[in-house]
Amino acid sequence: MITKRIIPCLDVRDGRVVKGVNFEGIRDVSSPVDLARYYSEAGADELVFYDITASAEGRRLFTDILTRVAHEIFIPLSVGGGINTVDDFDRVLKCGADKVSVNSGAIKNPALVTEAALKYGDQCVVLSADIKRVDGMFMVFAKGGRENTGMEAISWIKRCVENGAGEVVVNSIDTDGVKEGFDLEMLQAVCDAVDVPVIASGGAGCIGDFTTLFKRIPKVSAGLAASIFHFGEVAISDLKKELAAEGIPMRVL
Amino acid sequence: MIAIINYGLGNLFSLQSSFEAIGEEVIVTGDPEEIARADRLLLPGVGAFRDAALLLAQTGLGEVVHEEAVRGKPILGICLGMQLLLDHSYEYGDWDGLGLIPGAICPIKDSLEKAGAPDLLIPQIGWNALTLHHDHPLFADTHDGDHVYFVHSYHAVTDPQYVIATTEYGATLTAAVAKDNVMGCQFHPEKSGSVGLSILRRFCAL
Repeated sequence: MITKRIIPCLDVRDGRVVKGVNFEGIRDVSSPVDLARYYSEAGADELVFYDITASAEGRRLFTDILTRVAHEIFIPLSVGGGINTVDDFDRVLKCGADKVSVNSGAIKNPALVTEAALKYGDQCVVLSADIKRVDGMFMVFAKGGRENTGMEAISWIKRCVENGAGEVVVNSIDTDGVKEGFDLEMLQAVCDAVDVPVIASGGAGCIGDFTTLFKRIPKVSAGLAASIFHFGEVAISDLKKELAAEGIPMRVL
Repeated sequence: MIAIINYGLGNLFSLQSSFEAIGEEVIVTGDPEEIARADRLLLPGVGAFRDAALLLAQTGLGEVVHEEAVRGKPILGICLGMQLLLDHSYEYGDWDGLGLIPGAICPIKDSLEKAGAPDLLIPQIGWNALTLHHDHPLFADTHDGDHVYFVHSYHAVTDPQYVIATTEYGATLTAAVAKDNVMGCQFHPEKSGSVGLSILRRFCAL
């Protein structure tokens, strides 16, 4: 039986891992290569690297880091941040990424998903959507959660999946950094709408939040988190053992 | 020395890194002479069967791999590279493979429908457990229940004598095949942590 995936997310700026709360108040955590190695050995099923750099120098540092990680870590690597063109896909895939996630780049140019899926295959293209409730509607936000695009989220996700997105990361801005659990209502709505793997992101505060996620929404494929892993509040090995004990299919090392 | 066949497809960086990590000399090459000199060949591949089969034909590397296989050189295909080792594929049509292992590449969807489990997501993406068959040396350090990483919408349908590992995903799917010196893994050993590296290590010891 296929296992549910546990995915630590590393936000990288200028070659270092950072994590914000509600996408603001970023603070430095650790070295990406060290953290990647630690997570891989602890049983992480996949790693996500988000490049939150704006400068060209930061981007160069990011690709250096990615190359080093890919040289040492033998689990799937996803990369996001600053992916606006097929050339950007090419740049990070050559550094050893397996999947590339698009967010603002797809909002600016929806054809990007189609072009990348044709060139690299659906399995390579991950749609990452930052979603927030506005007047009771799920809306897609751009620019790291600062700008309402005016697009309704479920129809946006369906459209991207039809265009070739092979997985969807659902980042709930409403629950991100709050640590009171994943946004089950939002995740259920997305799972009902698409037939590709859905990765839950935003809101995990403790092991129980993952148990609730996988029990309440069996269709969710993976749970993603950052700060609770980086700050040691939840150890990945403990998390996976407890989930397995709860009867959730897990790869336990 | 291992030659990773470069015909224009596949995540060659990760494969190369994984062989380096286990201390093996490895080259990425499309040069028939270098391929002839190598002790072992690795056939990678990601994407559509048709594109890969066309590239293998256009570059002449399909023929080179076929000749080396017939000579008895150990060959390991990975993911689409495994699928290319079989007779043919029904992915968007009917395309010829290298014919080194009897059988065909068929949609997972068909197997799920036959097994009465049509609701699972396609492709299968993620970690799934192996069930081993025939005690193949490739899996000498692998155990039943070890997890490896899969990304696929199609799998090999062939005689059970060639199936050395399966995985359960609504139906029993082929995870690895072998016929004499020709072997293939549907999963990605280079993305399957220490279990995957141990499989590559065993391939290098064959």
